[in-house]
Amino acid sequence: MTGRTITRADLSESVYATVGLSRSESGDLVEAVLDEMSDAILREGGLKISSFGSFAVRSKKERVGRNPKTGVEVPITPRKVLVFRASHILKKRMNEGNE
Amino acid sequence: MTKSELIRRLAERYPDLYLSDLERVIDTVFDEITKALARGDRVELRGFGAFSVKKREARTGRNPRTGSAVQVRAKTMPFFKTGKLLRDRLNGKQVDKNAEDKF
Repeated sequence: MTGRTITRADLSESVYATVGLSRSESGDLVEAVLDEMSDAILREGGLKISSFGSFAVRSKKERVGRNPKTGVEVPITPRKVLVFRASHILKKRMNEGNE
Repeated sequence: MTKSELIRRLAERYPDLYLSDLERVIDTVFDEITKALARGDRVELRGFGAFSVKKREARTGRNPRTGSAVQVRAKTMPFFKTGKLLRDRLNGKQVDKNAEDKF
């Protein structure tokens, strides 16, 4: 447990080190992957990455919420949310060593 | 959409690159995210979302069929929070794709 935060920069550095493309190409490709992922989720309402997990869009109906500070009831408008479900392989890899 | 379709889309954007290299790019991205989560690190991808790790304490569970008590080990679970930009795009808000994202 190192408590670091990994960002795009770390991912492009790994792509650079692994694939053997230039640093700028690696950065562009990481950006393109995230861009295509977002577009697929918006266009098709889901994305499945084998051995990692799946993303799915869920529609939430309107419901009554409450301002926790004032207690005033406010309607929460219908909305779409994105949920991620980890594959069992990802869960397994996260828990290796303490089984 | 699946991973193979993701590779195909990427190939349309980068017709000069080898398909095998694009496949390795995608595998590396998800492999690095997995390794980070296994270390207990957080992965923050502005505009898309953030992956973090939640701990579950060991507990005594029950076999729902037999009712017998079983020990469930402590474990870690991945957790995803959608980035503001993607959340707004999902809900049809007009957003600048290149704007700064906040979590």
